[in-house]
Amino acid sequence: MLLIACPWCGPRAELEFRCGGQGHLTRLTDAMEVSDAEFARYLYMRDNPKGWHYERWNHVNGCRRWFNAVRHTVTHEFHATYKPGEPKPDLPRS
Amino acid sequence: MHKTDGDRRVTRYSIFSLARNALKYHEDWPQAWRSPEPKPSYDVIVVGGGGHGLATAYYLAKEHGITNVAVLEKGWLGGGNTGRNTTVIRSNYLWDESAHLYEKSLKLYEGLSQDLNFNVMLSQRGVVNLAHSEHDMRELSRRVHALRLNGIDSDVLSREEVQRLIPILDCSSGARFPVHGASIQRRGGVARHDAVAWGFARAADARGVDIIQNCEVTGILRDGGRVTGVETTRGTIRANKVGCVVAGHASVLAAMAGFQLPIESHPLQAMVSEPIKPVLHTVVMSNAVHAYISQSDKGELVMGAGIDTWNSYAQRGSLFIVEQTVGAVCELFPLFGRLRLMRSWGGIVDVCPDASPIISKTPVEGLYFNCGWGTGGFKATPGSGWVFAHTIAQDRPHPLNAAFALDRFTSGALIDEHGAAAVAH
Repeated sequence: MLLIACPWCGPRAELEFRCGGQGHLTRLTDAMEVSDAEFARYLYMRDNPKGWHYERWNHVNGCRRWFNAVRHTVTHEFHATYKPGEPKPDLPRS
Repeated sequence: MHKTDGDRRVTRYSIFSLARNALKYHEDWPQAWRSPEPKPSYDVIVVGGGGHGLATAYYLAKEHGITNVAVLEKGWLGGGNTGRNTTVIRSNYLWDESAHLYEKSLKLYEGLSQDLNFNVMLSQRGVVNLAHSEHDMRELSRRVHALRLNGIDSDVLSREEVQRLIPILDCSSGARFPVHGASIQRRGGVARHDAVAWGFARAADARGVDIIQNCEVTGILRDGGRVTGVETTRGTIRANKVGCVVAGHASVLAAMAGFQLPIESHPLQAMVSEPIKPVLHTVVMSNAVHAYISQSDKGELVMGAGIDTWNSYAQRGSLFIVEQTVGAVCELFPLFGRLRLMRSWGGIVDVCPDASPIISKTPVEGLYFNCGWGTGGFKATPGSGWVFAHTIAQDRPHPLNAAFALDRFTSGALIDEHGAAAVAH
């Protein structure tokens, strides 16, 4: 079980959260103009690194707010959790 | 009886070889497959020595006469998801494309022990999918009708029929998860997962395939847009055709070749109870509570959970997922409430947006990917290898896997099996 620091509520058990996949995705503003391949990339292609990963989480059984996180996909360590709109932190070196 | 081919002795397994070896106190069985040093080059390299990769190599040799093949495995054979699944085999998928592919696989399974001369212990004990509401019942009937149109055996069972079939299932009106009925695929069942990997390995080796363990691929060599080989922890190995069948690590290998896959890797957990006398003679699955359960030949109850929501490559998940599954199973089968859980484990599954696999050519010529089986690849092992061998040998997909190409994410022709195909795998 992970211990996750909600930026609003503080550290809570993983049971209260749900991971929402890759973070910092931006919605296409010109969806009608882009090619099918670009749209497919936006819609379906996701980073799936073996290492540090930017992701979104929802404190679904708590304050029900979304936030961003940087987490390692092998050690599961959280490097940072931060509110939407806050700048993307740099990845740790390892 | 012993065929000698270089350093290789191939014994046909039979009642006679068993009796003969019994007289020698079973001390003279030849090894089931060789452990050769990698050659500098091959006609085809298959990356990944799980069931799917070994099946691919076997069918390359058997169906297409391509025997100068290496299977590269970073750990040991069948040590990934092949050794970690819940061994359920079925073909009750909603959409035509999936139904045909999984049915091909089930048919291969039905003759596999004879074909490989290795007992994979296929037990067609039936797979029951429970419906817990009126809506579940309608969904399930729709699937049964679709399956029958595709010639796949499937029946709807009423609540009374389910209760008669599985007396220990709580079908009472006070049940936490009331049972309204079920569907059943009687040809479905389980097989011994390790035996599937070992059987394919031995049969592929007998046809000349080199199986190379402890050999991790660290790079994919390209010249222009063409694949020319792989870098490994045991040196460079050249080949003009490379097939990658690495489940959870598909994205990592694709990145080595310079492209991205629509795949995310998640932990999927399973668990077994302590062994008990036979109480459950069929496979029971419930999508609504996301649990599936069968009893192994050793007597353990084998249970499978759902994925953890976060990406991971660590082959472990969170305990509350195990807890939820066990909780659901105990509600369905109150009898199991006092059993102890013996162990639980996790594997890394490669999940596609449409919960269907990718068996496809790639932007790199001569490089093929077979991935995205997500939470349910074991049942597809022989069929997956069979179509992938065709795709590699002919450089074009077989009609059975043409729809499972990478370009479906651009064309929009998805094969949406999320939920429709009995979520649990």
